[in-house]
Amino acid sequence: MSDFAFTKNALSSWMKGEGKDSDIVISSRVRIARNLRSLPFPLVASEEQAEEVRQAVIAASEQAAEELGPMQPIRLEELNEIDRQVLVEKHLVSPALVNESREAAVVLSTDESLSIMVNEEDHIRIQCLRPGFQVKEAWERATSVDDALEAHVDYAFDDRRGYLTSCPTNVGTGLRASVMIHMPALVMTHQIGRVLNAVSQVGLTVRGIYGEGSEAQGNLFQISNQITLGQSEKEIVDNLEGIVAQIIEYERQARSRLVSESKIRLYDRVMRSYGILTHAAIIDGKEAAQRLSDLRLGVDLGWIEGLPITLLNELTILTQPNFLQKTFGATMNTSEKDMYRAQLIRDKLVKSKE
Amino acid sequence: MLCQECQQRPATLHFTKIINGEKNEFHICEHCAREKGEMIPGTSGGFSIHNLLSGFLDFDMTGKTQSGGAAQAQQLHCEECGMTYAQFRKIGRFGCSSCYKHFDGKIDPLLKRVHGGTVHAGKVPKRGGADLQLQREIETLKQELQQRVEKQEFETAAQLRDRIRELELQRSQR
Repeated sequence: MSDFAFTKNALSSWMKGEGKDSDIVISSRVRIARNLRSLPFPLVASEEQAEEVRQAVIAASEQAAEELGPMQPIRLEELNEIDRQVLVEKHLVSPALVNESREAAVVLSTDESLSIMVNEEDHIRIQCLRPGFQVKEAWERATSVDDALEAHVDYAFDDRRGYLTSCPTNVGTGLRASVMIHMPALVMTHQIGRVLNAVSQVGLTVRGIYGEGSEAQGNLFQISNQITLGQSEKEIVDNLEGIVAQIIEYERQARSRLVSESKIRLYDRVMRSYGILTHAAIIDGKEAAQRLSDLRLGVDLGWIEGLPITLLNELTILTQPNFLQKTFGATMNTSEKDMYRAQLIRDKLVKSKE
Repeated sequence: MLCQECQQRPATLHFTKIINGEKNEFHICEHCAREKGEMIPGTSGGFSIHNLLSGFLDFDMTGKTQSGGAAQAQQLHCEECGMTYAQFRKIGRFGCSSCYKHFDGKIDPLLKRVHGGTVHAGKVPKRGGADLQLQREIETLKQELQQRVEKQEFETAAQLRDRIRELELQRSQR
């Protein structure tokens, strides 16, 4: 098995940091799409052209080493299938980069907060992650990385249309800003539909935690801007931050209402999940996500002490199917995964109490 | 939520259909969706964001009927990468940066639908974009000038006017 640093720990070191409102917003992410002026987009590029792009972007990232900090370029064919999927499970690259791209690469920072994807739908996708509610901070980092790369490559840019991208949904700023947000109380009180509907009417989109087409798991949702053209980056970021701040407030209100109106039932739910997670012998991914969501809520409400929230973040990633196989160093079928998942959660939760 | 068709399996597909202005919400499971012939993301021949986009383009074509315009549109292509407009309509993605130029007259309705706007208002590359940056700054100052004049703040307005002149001079000397 290969031995890349990112496969060693489920929790990226940037995730250990504290962020604003981290009881509700797990992380903030900014992604910007860029293309080189002289070469066709990955969709129609020949193998040679795609390789040319890859070399140019990796070279540019090396030339910009001073601004970028310690980075490692990884060509995806250097990785085995499990390691590739681990990159996705840790949100370091998009599923499309791993599953659909040719001559793909990712330039990854040591703390894993920054990744530059090469030859995804666009030549370059800069992704920057921050713990908690820090969209602005993520944007500031991403734009400085963008400037550093731009010093060494010619971007496809048009005065009228802005940064040109393969898909017209990204043209202009090429900016997609998002937060991963935990909303158990809004789900339990059946208000989530209304919230999500309202969100979609103000130019934002809601997705599952693994992006386009993925299902919401464990009450975790990803909210991002839809519009990239006609608004400045600042407007886009401010708009997202403003709406998300409101949603955080709704979730807080829903939580306190649940606590005041049906405290014992909520407490029972949290503690049952805690009991199951610390004692179950078999648990599938969906149930694990739901129980971990209950546990997270219990920690946020101060009902469960001595359990760091970072451990829950770690478990969310550790219990993903490919990371499980990586941890135990074996290929597993689904029922084996469910057994190992239960064992791993048990061990981690019990150990944290010692 | 259970599937509204079979009332057995959980509804995993939630979507709204608008036909002739009439809005219908659907909450169904994948099984029933397949039976009903609904399009499901991720299945072959299925539905994707790109198909959806090309739907917007098709929409633009209706009303003008399939006369000569459509035939011409079929032949329209990007001279750089060779992608035809028909191909673009089908896959919803451009082949290269020059496609934007070659399909320029066609994509405004699409951009308007997706983004609301059609003109970039954000960041400009440092290299090669300096002129546009200057132009943006001048536009912002002109707007402010207008506001000052309306508020009869003539002293500030005069300062702004001088600054605009300065920048315009800079621009013409490039």
